[in-house]
Amino acid sequence: MKQLLTFIKKEFRHILRDTRSLLVLLGLPIVQLLIFGFAITNEVRNTSIAILDNSKDEVTQNIITKIESSQYFDIDRTISTSDQIEKAFKTGKIKVAIVFQQNFQEELLHLNKAQVQILADATDPNQATTLTNYLSSILMDYQTELNQQNKLPFTINTEMRMLYNPQLKGAYTSVPGVMGMILLLISTMMTSIAIVKEKEFGTMEILLVSPMKPWLVVLSKVIPYFIISMINVASILILSVLVLELPIQGSLLLLIGITTLYLLCALSLGILISTVTNSQLAAMLISLLGLMLPVVMLSGYAFPIANMPTVLQIISNIVPAKWYIIMVKGVMIKGVGIAGIWKESLVILGMTFFFLLVSVKRFKVRL
Amino acid sequence: MRILYFLLRKEFLQIFRNKLILRMIFIMPVLQLIILPNAANYEVKNITLSVVDHDHSEYSKKLINKFTSSGYFKLANISDSYEKALEIVEKDVADLIVEIPSGFERDLIRENETKLMIAANAISGQTAGLAVSYSNSIVREFNNEVRVEWIQLPRINQQPTIEITNSNWFNPRMNYKYFIVPGVLALLVTLVGYILTSLNIVKEKESGTIEQLNVTPIKKYQFILGKLIPFWILGLVVLSLGFLVSFIIYGIFPEGSFLLGYLFAAIYLIAILGFGLFTSTFAETQQQAMFIAYFFMMIFVLLGGLFAPIENMPDWARYLTYINPVSYLIEVMRMLVLKGSGFWDLLNHFIVVIVFAVVFNGLAILNYKKTT
Amino acid sequence: MISNEIVIKTDKLTKRFGDFIAVSEISFEVYKGEIFGFLGANGAGKTTAMKMLIGISKPSSGKAQIAGYDVYKQTELVKKNIGYMSQKFSLYEDLTVKENIQLFGGIYGLSDSELESKGNQLITKLNLQNEADKLVGSLPLGWKQKLSFSIAILHSPKIVFLDEPTGGVDPITRRQFWDMIYEASDNGITVFVTTHYMDEAEYCRRVSIMVDGVIKALDSPKNLKEQYKAESMEEVFLMLARKAQRGE
Repeated sequence: MKQLLTFIKKEFRHILRDTRSLLVLLGLPIVQLLIFGFAITNEVRNTSIAILDNSKDEVTQNIITKIESSQYFDIDRTISTSDQIEKAFKTGKIKVAIVFQQNFQEELLHLNKAQVQILADATDPNQATTLTNYLSSILMDYQTELNQQNKLPFTINTEMRMLYNPQLKGAYTSVPGVMGMILLLISTMMTSIAIVKEKEFGTMEILLVSPMKPWLVVLSKVIPYFIISMINVASILILSVLVLELPIQGSLLLLIGITTLYLLCALSLGILISTVTNSQLAAMLISLLGLMLPVVMLSGYAFPIANMPTVLQIISNIVPAKWYIIMVKGVMIKGVGIAGIWKESLVILGMTFFFLLVSVKRFKVRL
Repeated sequence: MRILYFLLRKEFLQIFRNKLILRMIFIMPVLQLIILPNAANYEVKNITLSVVDHDHSEYSKKLINKFTSSGYFKLANISDSYEKALEIVEKDVADLIVEIPSGFERDLIRENETKLMIAANAISGQTAGLAVSYSNSIVREFNNEVRVEWIQLPRINQQPTIEITNSNWFNPRMNYKYFIVPGVLALLVTLVGYILTSLNIVKEKESGTIEQLNVTPIKKYQFILGKLIPFWILGLVVLSLGFLVSFIIYGIFPEGSFLLGYLFAAIYLIAILGFGLFTSTFAETQQQAMFIAYFFMMIFVLLGGLFAPIENMPDWARYLTYINPVSYLIEVMRMLVLKGSGFWDLLNHFIVVIVFAVVFNGLAILNYKKTT
Repeated sequence: MISNEIVIKTDKLTKRFGDFIAVSEISFEVYKGEIFGFLGANGAGKTTAMKMLIGISKPSSGKAQIAGYDVYKQTELVKKNIGYMSQKFSLYEDLTVKENIQLFGGIYGLSDSELESKGNQLITKLNLQNEADKLVGSLPLGWKQKLSFSIAILHSPKIVFLDEPTGGVDPITRRQFWDMIYEASDNGITVFVTTHYMDEAEYCRRVSIMVDGVIKALDSPKNLKEQYKAESMEEVFLMLARKAQRGE
């Protein structure tokens, strides 16, 4: 036990002396959280729109004013012909354009029907749909205003309720995702590299020759990083609550509990990776090149899992982040208790055991 | 330059000798490019629905039917209390609740007016927004069908109606793959190039071989070039593999000039590699280099415009993306694939990336000191 | 052959790291063809001093001329004319013996034919024919050291700097190593070697002893033993080094 403490202290000394790495280890999660919390959003804002008004009457003017006053769009007034629009699309200057037919006002008020064309840059199909929807609702709103006098019979009035996130803040979906990603990637990378570094330098042999059991050697490497990760968790939670205004609905204790479990999983993955290679470069390639995109894209953070092809949905089940994100959303935002997340916890526990088992086997084979 | 020849020879020998790493550099990106883009989707299709039907009338059943046959929604369950439905949402089994009040049909016909409640899991504001928007149009359609039943046609058209037609440019079939694949490829090439260079010099620092090189009459630019060129070639190979995969698996071929894409990517690689060399001069150990690399890669990748449009970002974030080389590569790839943009359309991007290449490599040369 | 030509000349050479003075105003001269021993305890400042002489560390003050070139203004010319073997083994472990020879030979400007002939000579001399295409990392330490040294003088530099070259090798290898050093010296190459093996000091023509960053003694081993009334260089060293403040 005392030996273990000595080794842990040694590991800490290494870490504390390396101020550059420490800065990244503690600072990066904060920076990432802020960027994600504030910058990454699918909420539309300040999108450049071009307007081709073939009618130039009062109604079109009203509609244009309505578009301008919504915070979604920035009208690019330099574009006013269809040639310019095409060029602007090609250079990426505008993402959407709206075209009013000639005699818009006349036809709308006298014939009760007038045409509007919405042209969207579908390079990003999702964005195109969102922009089209926003524009359509602005148009529909205007139409309703015109129709205010005539109340229609047989009306179904729909009441909308937004659960858990009434203000539709982007942070609600991004923070759990970011937590899942950052904790997994950093912890895995840190652990795998710390262990592989000793192997590369040959000092691992010295440690193994010591009277300390091999698994204790590994443990001594893992514990300091576990503590650092917990510090990261604390700073992420504090930031989320204070700066991003994301409240913790459920039990804080439970949240810490599931996070600890998740960290253990990540750390054991790191250990597993370290048994696969002796070179720091390889460990880094696996942890960063091999894990980053799959974790981001298959964990449910960037894209909803339910819509993926079945094969990928199955694969996503082996991404620990997926289960953790579900749990965090449950506990932090929905206020769920253990009853709601015990299944996911078991999965993560199982993964942790699996990683450790394989690592132990590989370790033994080597020696 | 003879010295350069020997340096290049050494690098290539070292690279090809490391079979594991070589395999990783080529196989991992290809695998990811084949698998991952299939995960990308935003069509809100299978929104799970939990219905609370207090009315059990013909109309309520019709309405429920309309939801489930729309293709957007999947019925998770029907219950008789809002609390039960809420539990289902908490357990993550459903994301939308539709509550039909008792007397729905009766009130609609007799009182001309009735209520409906829709509650959406708004953790993802965007999915909720779309779910609500779809729900609204389904309800509206249903509403109009009811009206048509009871009122003659002509009266309906007495309302001024704005007819909207949508036209989707460059990607008429709204194929999300065209959007994602170039982006993923850009990220993978960036990761490979950056990781390799940023670790390489530091490894020599750690093992002491850099000292031996510093004692020789090698010039700084020879040293830097000796590091740049091999990884540049590797990066281009990965890029080519990526183009091949894009074409064979996804059938993606640039509308615009293919060579233009290569040219841009080649210059971009020089910039990214230079960045790797530059940041590695700040690291003493490979471990430090790795953390620095992780830091930048995370930020570049996530602010690159692949996972969320740059236009939506707040101003300060958008300014950051101006100095993020990755965002330029992703944009160029997309523009080439989908819009067939030509050289002059991309002139701005070319200039920026050339500046990046010069600046980063210049900084790397300046910062690398043979004498401390 | 020792001539009177001065190949290394330093004048109050100093290196400071903040407040800490690692090397303090050392002044000495080394003659062409000499085997000059640069002695001192660990931490005395030997390696720091050497790094200034080979042009990878900029002096804080003082002057130094290597092979006639100024270390401040003509660093690259200095490097062209010297060879170096560092304390930490620094050949490429993932390249073969031959490849390392070709790399460093090529960097120092040897032509292809020279590389071929000199390379083969080297391999034969060290008896590495069977290992020529093996990775250097797989060689035992003693062979690595000898290889390192041979590569350092492959381009026939005027001076070769050796930093603790025989650390960790067995006595027989050490003997062989010094034979190689003698041979180099006979061929006109000046050998500047640091070591803390005091018996090796006896092999040098002259030695200097550094203590706490300062040169406390500089003369031939014979004269030093007389001066300090000692039987061996070890005794001389102990007398001087005992008063040292620095050390590991």
